[in-house]
Amino acid sequence: MGTFKLAGTSMKGLFSKPATKMYPVVVPEYFERTAGHIENVDMKSCILCGLCARKCPTGCLVVDKGAETWSIDPFGCITCGSCVRACPKDCLVMQRTHTEPATDKRRITVKKPELTPEEKAAKAAAEAEKAARIAAAKAAAAKKKAEPAS
Amino acid sequence: MAKQTIIPFGPQHPVLPEPVHLDLVVEDETVVQAIPRIGFVHRGLEKLVEKKDYTQFVFVTERICGICSFGHSLGYSQTIEHLMGIEVPPRAEYLRVILHELSRVHSHLLWLGLGADAFGFENLFMQCWRIRERVLDIFEKTTGGRVVLSACNVGGTLYDIDDETLKGICATLDVVRREYDAILGAFLNDYSVRSRLEGVGYLSQQQARDLSIVGPFARASNVNNDVRCLRQGGYAYLESFEPIMSDGGDCLARVIVRAKEVYQSIDIIKELAAKIPAGPVMNAPKGKPAAGTQASMRLEQPRGECYYYAKGNGSMFLERMRIRTPTSQNLGGLVVALAGCDLADVPNIVLTIDPCISCTER
Repeated sequence: MGTFKLAGTSMKGLFSKPATKMYPVVVPEYFERTAGHIENVDMKSCILCGLCARKCPTGCLVVDKGAETWSIDPFGCITCGSCVRACPKDCLVMQRTHTEPATDKRRITVKKPELTPEEKAAKAAAEAEKAARIAAAKAAAAKKKAEPAS
Repeated sequence: MAKQTIIPFGPQHPVLPEPVHLDLVVEDETVVQAIPRIGFVHRGLEKLVEKKDYTQFVFVTERICGICSFGHSLGYSQTIEHLMGIEVPPRAEYLRVILHELSRVHSHLLWLGLGADAFGFENLFMQCWRIRERVLDIFEKTTGGRVVLSACNVGGTLYDIDDETLKGICATLDVVRREYDAILGAFLNDYSVRSRLEGVGYLSQQQARDLSIVGPFARASNVNNDVRCLRQGGYAYLESFEPIMSDGGDCLARVIVRAKEVYQSIDIIKELAAKIPAGPVMNAPKGKPAAGTQASMRLEQPRGECYYYAKGNGSMFLERMRIRTPTSQNLGGLVVALAGCDLADVPNIVLTIDPCISCTER
């Protein structure tokens, strides 16, 4: 038993640099897995399937198929990563930096970008091809149905 | 006979990390009786089971308490795995125990710091929390969260920790052990610390057994209630497990039990990290819990035995989820330990049961 059990540790503390950081003036080193905030980085390839919104335990994600938007309430998000794991197109990413302070609890909405004329043409061609395929299949089915009767 | 006075203690008090109210009936400076009252942080989380499906609810259980966060997600996941008969991959079992024991290290270091703060040793408090920061860095590196990890879900763990990182964790724990060695003497041998803790808040073995006290509070009164002895989950892979006991029954014994458990947890982590098998970490659950099925599970949280119960109803949502937490058991012991103590010792005794009121009220 005795006193001054911490003398060594305390003396060391006097001559070493502080154990704490002056956050946010000094930005801490984030790790690769640090759960900071969720971002939809590739809205172009997002197919608006809504799986992220269904998996989200807090309901902070809203996917609007009609308006082609994806939106998040950054202050409702708990960064559990469920949406990132659920995304089939890998367009949701867990960023390392934490949500920035804000003066109001605004939702962040991302809209699917407008298509360029070439992309529009390609899409139209693909749809026409699909319609032709469907028509052909329907015709074939009708023919098959008609055959046994004859 | 001296005049009796009632002194209110809490819910806001410098020594209390969470709100609990005690009506202390005092005669002069001696506490005759303590009447506890809780209900300041009730959030109705068990009711939320009707709104969140069983894979989402794990994120709710994690938020029951900030310090035993991983333990709650682990206990809940194990209960649902029992309910649905899901086999957990061995690697996931190892990782779960490693993360759970790391949370025990961080919880005990946090508590030792708070204990030091309660008996007025500010320097020791800061040293404990400085060491704890290393454990929090391990958490952030491996799972992304510092306190709420979101690493466990039904069927396994959501993240794998590669062998290289596990070696790094063991190396960091060696540093933790070295730094911890340097400050532990202040808890065990310092004259002023001992004079504040020795013989204070005594609870006998018989009283601890009668009141069903759990965790380090019970082990300090020589009652072995350590659920880890049952070797459930990843604990089955340990070579041997001996709970840390003491027969002191006073505040000092509780400090010693928790102080030694930090070493024990570090040893467990190193043993499991050395022999962790390769393989997947998740066996994703399929289907829904069948109607009428029930399962229960016990888990040794940093504060003691925690009991989980779940009942399925054939849908993605559970019929009932019940959690009985260690502090709800230990409050009974606190009232007994407080009777007859000095008013100045009340903060110490309240803190040495490591009260977690958020867990208790949910």
